[in-house]
Amino acid sequence: MKVVVTIVGKDRIGIIAMVSNVLAENNVNILNVNQNIMDGFFNMVLIAEMQDSQVKLKELQDILRAKGKELGLEIKVQHQDIFSAMHDI
Amino acid sequence: MITSDDILETNRMITENKLDVRTITMGISLRDCAHPNIKNFCENIYDKITRSAEFLVKTGEDIEAEYGIPIIHKRISVTPIAIAAEACRTDTFVPVAEAMDKAGKAVGVNFIGGFSALVEKGFTGGDRTLISSIPQALASTDIVCSSINLASTKAGINMDAVREMGEIIKRTAELTRDEQAIGCAKLVVFANAPGDNPFMAGAFHGVSEADKVVSVGVSGPGVVKHALEGLKGKDFTEVAEMIKRTAFKITRVGQLVAREASKRLGVPFGIIDLSLAPTPAVGDSVANVLEEMGIESCGIPGTTAALALLNDAVKKGGLMASSHVGGLSGAFIPVSEDKGMIDAVNRGSLSIEKLEAMTCVCSVGLDMIAIEGDTSASTISAIIADEAAIGMINNKTTAVRVIPVPGKKVGDTVEYGGLLGYCPIVPVQNKFSSDAFIARGGRIPAPIRSLTN
Repeated sequence: MKVVVTIVGKDRIGIIAMVSNVLAENNVNILNVNQNIMDGFFNMVLIAEMQDSQVKLKELQDILRAKGKELGLEIKVQHQDIFSAMHDI
Repeated sequence: MITSDDILETNRMITENKLDVRTITMGISLRDCAHPNIKNFCENIYDKITRSAEFLVKTGEDIEAEYGIPIIHKRISVTPIAIAAEACRTDTFVPVAEAMDKAGKAVGVNFIGGFSALVEKGFTGGDRTLISSIPQALASTDIVCSSINLASTKAGINMDAVREMGEIIKRTAELTRDEQAIGCAKLVVFANAPGDNPFMAGAFHGVSEADKVVSVGVSGPGVVKHALEGLKGKDFTEVAEMIKRTAFKITRVGQLVAREASKRLGVPFGIIDLSLAPTPAVGDSVANVLEEMGIESCGIPGTTAALALLNDAVKKGGLMASSHVGGLSGAFIPVSEDKGMIDAVNRGSLSIEKLEAMTCVCSVGLDMIAIEGDTSASTISAIIADEAAIGMINNKTTAVRVIPVPGKKVGDTVEYGGLLGYCPIVPVQNKFSSDAFIARGGRIPAPIRSLTN
């Protein structure tokens, strides 16, 4: 199952490191990353494969949400299908 | 391959433009629950509903979390109780409504619809028992919704039922007067009611449906309005194209949710209802979409044309995005549930007469309109007759959900909270009487367009 991780918040050192660490610890493989800074705000969209992961989507959501809160970020993890349903014909 | 822009667009629709799936509705047939003893019948339906819908709410919540799309309501619709309970030897179906209420609460759904009768051509004993039970049933339950179909293009209009429903609506208002006649917010009178509508208060599980089905009602007026904001001054071809594209995207999400819900619940997928359903929240209004097209305040000349374009483009866009489309499918124009409509009534631009004209081109009818409590039963019946006539002649669904709030006058506002919203009392022409017209009774014959064979 592919998931989409979106991260929004004030920029600071170590956001990408934190997210990729969490994903690696949970055996989630990063496929694509798109990141930029707009007006001091950090924006990242990341697509990952979690078929080999030992955790369920819900657990990954909880872990990343909690980590995000510590760093003042809003982190969402969603099943990729909602985006492909809307944009792929 | 989806791009970052696609992802951000979808999430912006959800967070900023209030895109949501309005409801996952499970239809459950109660035809196998019949029993001459009403107590046994109530046990049968309680068991069947709670067994069938045990995991409905949890499944909805799981899908909501995994995909990040809000699913506002989870609901149940059942076989019209006038049919399912007809074998009961009883003179009241109030205990049936109470059993539905209990079953719905046990599985945690927001509404359970189907306290209904289909009487467009005539009444059976069960129909009469049901209709006479409506006021008490709605007063003694919280989440039960009731609907009566009293006209169709094929059968004409049952004017006896029209007369009776005016009185039933008044009685329902009276019995729930302490809660501003909220009973009437759960009661709708239809012409050409579809048997697969997932929206309340009119949802029931049609007699030709499978034992169980899952249907989904989508929403998203805010998304359409946002899309039109980029088209200021452009012509209507471009406006229609943009609405179609947006409706397509919204419906694809509904289709995904419906497919997942169907798979996880092991219940066949019924239909997607392509409705633009507003909420009282800011930025989630159908009236505001019309205003974005250049109507300064909803209800002024031009409103009906704008609504016709919107309604048609939503269908054309949504149709291609789903394997089965049904229900009401179009733009809803409730008053109390749409901030833009409420504002338009307060500004004096939107009247009940204009709303009636708008119902000729929208998906349903006069919906969630609070009127003065001393409006006579015959005037309410006459409003119903007019709506039923529009539905019958134009081969479309129309409906009336008016709330005569006891003690309230034009200038007052009533508040229901939640999705039901709030509403200023809308003036109704009451200087002259429709008594003699409504007193006639009988049937208005089916129109010439019913003879299609």
